[in-house]
Amino acid sequence: MTVELNQKKVTEAPREADRVTSLQSSKIRWGELGIRIWLAFCALISVFTTIAIIVLLASETLKFFTAVSPAEFFLGTTWTPLFEPSAFGVLPLLWGTFLVTLGAAVIAIPAGLASAIYLSEYASDRVRGIVKPILELLAGIPTVVYGYFALTFVTPTLRNVFSDLQVFNALSAAIVVGIMILPMVATLSDNAMRAVPVSLRQGAYALGATSYEVTTKVVVPASLSGVMASFLLAISRAIGETMAVTLAAGQTPNISLSMFESIQTMTAYIVQVSLGDTPTGGIAYQTLFAVATLLFAITLAINILSQLILNRFREVYE
Amino acid sequence: MKFARWIHVVFAAGISFFLSSCSQEEEAVGQGSELRGAVSLDGSSTVYPISEAIAEEFLSIAPRVRVTVGVSGTGGGFKKFLSGEIDINDASRTIKESEEAEAEASGIDFLEIPVAFDGLSVVVNPNNTWVDWLTVDELQMIWQPGSMVDSWDDIRADWPARPIRLYGPGTDSGTFDYFTEVINGESGASRPDYTASEDDNVLVQGISGDENALGFFGYAYYIENKESLKIVPVDGGSGPVVPTAQTINEGTYSPLSRPVFIYLNAESLSRPEVRSFVDFYIDNAGAIASEVGYIALPTEMYETSKNAVRAK
Amino acid sequence: MAFHSTTEHRNLAKRHLKSKVFAAFCGAVTWSSVVLLVVLLYQVSVDGFRWLDWQFIDSFPSRFPERAGIKSALVGTIWLILLVALISIPVGVSAALYLEEFATKGRISKMIEVNIANLAGVPSIVYGILGLAIFVRYFALERSLLSGALTMSLLILPVIIIASREAIKTVPVSIRYAAYSLGATKWQTTWAHVLPASFPGIMTGVILALSRAIGETAPLVMIGALTFVAFLPEGPMDSFTALPIQIYNWVSRPQQEFHELAAAGIIVLLTVLLLMNSTAIYIRNKTEKRLR
Repeated sequence: MTVELNQKKVTEAPREADRVTSLQSSKIRWGELGIRIWLAFCALISVFTTIAIIVLLASETLKFFTAVSPAEFFLGTTWTPLFEPSAFGVLPLLWGTFLVTLGAAVIAIPAGLASAIYLSEYASDRVRGIVKPILELLAGIPTVVYGYFALTFVTPTLRNVFSDLQVFNALSAAIVVGIMILPMVATLSDNAMRAVPVSLRQGAYALGATSYEVTTKVVVPASLSGVMASFLLAISRAIGETMAVTLAAGQTPNISLSMFESIQTMTAYIVQVSLGDTPTGGIAYQTLFAVATLLFAITLAINILSQLILNRFREVYE
Repeated sequence: MKFARWIHVVFAAGISFFLSSCSQEEEAVGQGSELRGAVSLDGSSTVYPISEAIAEEFLSIAPRVRVTVGVSGTGGGFKKFLSGEIDINDASRTIKESEEAEAEASGIDFLEIPVAFDGLSVVVNPNNTWVDWLTVDELQMIWQPGSMVDSWDDIRADWPARPIRLYGPGTDSGTFDYFTEVINGESGASRPDYTASEDDNVLVQGISGDENALGFFGYAYYIENKESLKIVPVDGGSGPVVPTAQTINEGTYSPLSRPVFIYLNAESLSRPEVRSFVDFYIDNAGAIASEVGYIALPTEMYETSKNAVRAK
Repeated sequence: MAFHSTTEHRNLAKRHLKSKVFAAFCGAVTWSSVVLLVVLLYQVSVDGFRWLDWQFIDSFPSRFPERAGIKSALVGTIWLILLVALISIPVGVSAALYLEEFATKGRISKMIEVNIANLAGVPSIVYGILGLAIFVRYFALERSLLSGALTMSLLILPVIIIASREAIKTVPVSIRYAAYSLGATKWQTTWAHVLPASFPGIMTGVILALSRAIGETAPLVMIGALTFVAFLPEGPMDSFTALPIQIYNWVSRPQQEFHELAAAGIIVLLTVLLLMNSTAIYIRNKTEKRLR
């Protein structure tokens, strides 16, 4: 592509964005303008998407709340929206999501953090070169594969140990989701820890600290914002996880302290109602949106929180 | 320069590919292997095995007709049928009055075609040693709305004091409608605290893995999974009867024997591929039904249906 | 005088031991994740291997496990990859270009940035609902490949934008200034210099985003792709099924044979993903050196 030298005189002051970047006159080049408009439009699609999500969720949820009181929705402990008599307490679904997420976090956060520490503090470059791609691979495995793994391997194995574990249970789902989000914690925390300058570590070593002390008292606190952000993002991912929990955890909304029983998460309910494309209108359609809005709100809140932590509390070195 | 050309080639290829396939017309031409077009089915998971099998066999005589079969449940299927989204609804119960009224209002002319007999089966886990049969009254006691039955000894005192865990189709299911009507006296009336799924496979998996389970679904799903389930004979007033091809056919397995149907959109019949599919369905429903575990209707019934279709 | 008293000496030994134990513990945890991956892959392979033959790839799903295959699902997935790529790459890269090159850095662009980061974290099932309401219902595209592709494109758009921005950021400013100094317009610079230079990074990001899209089931379930499909789609408006959906279908069935079929399907899916990721790595390696 040849570069044109435009000989026209500058007739008006160039715009701010062009001031440093072009020696050409500010006569409007329609091609450029058209392209600019297209590019801006593409960037705005993301905004449209968010607006569409919010408008869609809000409108149907509002319709839902004209039929069902918010008090019943948020405080009720029975979720039987499609039966007579119908009950719209969302707490069983929230509890199901909570159980699975908690279990997953118990697995993923310590293990992920330990892996991150190993990768950033102890592992040689060669080991890093092997382990990091493997972690990426773990992260890239589709969720339906994890669901399969839960049903065909995890649940049978666990049932040999715990005989009263049901076929559909929260524990298998939690384990499998934990494995799924572990790479996320590991990679993000590892990035955060590697950003801590070597000089901080070396200073601590110079004062006679052992590697354990350096890690726990210097590196982790220094990278705390990144580490915490990684935890939050992983949790948010676990909450939004659909296929593995639908396959492994079952479809019984149920508030029980036992992880051996079948429960239903918010995401599994959404899949259940839409098994084959829910027709518009009607209370079933609206419950879908009410639950989806709740899900969206929770994950959004966690994501925003993690961004805040990352930005506000990040220690900036030099 | 090379980069720009590369992008142009990719775009051109993509767009021409896209455009050429866009112009595919859904014309149905001629017979058999020249037939083209689409037939859409949806609805009951009970009837699904029959429709799926028919669709699969139909492929071999008309490979270019695209048949899709969904599983939204009888009720869900009817909603789509009545808005004209699908050509055929698989139904494990007859159309409700409200649905009929809606069909009239929307101007949908339909045909009801019975395709097989089903013996709605009550099953428990194979390790359940105590249940030998259940009466209809006991079933009602367990499943009625507001039922307080929580453990097996609530039903019969000599049964173990183990918690009872229920599995059954969800509210969109025709099987659910039929069961509740026949057992609880009103279609749709049921206790809500059970594992509900329109996907009978989920129920089979749940029951076969849970010793304290009790559930119900179409006979085909029991037959298909005999090794992992235990059938419960049902006493409808004249002694416990095990559902078999014979007892269902003769009607001695009562009250849970019932016909299952497909509902046709008469307007869709004007398309040759749909008509051909429907004829094939009725011709083969008997054989296929037995194969997947249901019971074929008497041949006269299929003849009547064929004539009804011909008349449209 | 010794620097360390005996107590300090004992203490030091204890502390060092603690360190060693800790290091070993972290290492063990890390390697167990590796072991876990191996177990998972082994499990899947063992279960599915006996079903994996040409007949499996060339057949349609069937109620008979021996006859069942993933032809329609595989072709559907390939269609989806192509359509999603066709839609999301231009839009995503354009958006990234705008945000990096053309937008005035201010509050609005910061807001868009935050917005995109949030969208990347929205659960995929919400995108499914969005797709259902907008593409299937409002635009009446029904359960077609186009609906599926559009929904998936929306899903991975934030990922593509973020990855592309990173790639564009790495292009040295000097290249741009050189072009400007020769009189090029902004777009000329971008098209002829910035884009080619960031191409490998963009392609890597795109391929990784596409591999994520392929593995996603939930949005496709939402738009109603969960049906028996025994034909190959011939155009973007046809119904379809995809690998993850077929796998989900088979896993839900209680019979053991179908579980094994699901495993075979998973092997195919993972192979497709492996191919895509290897392509990404290959492109990244091939073109990275050229820039230096």
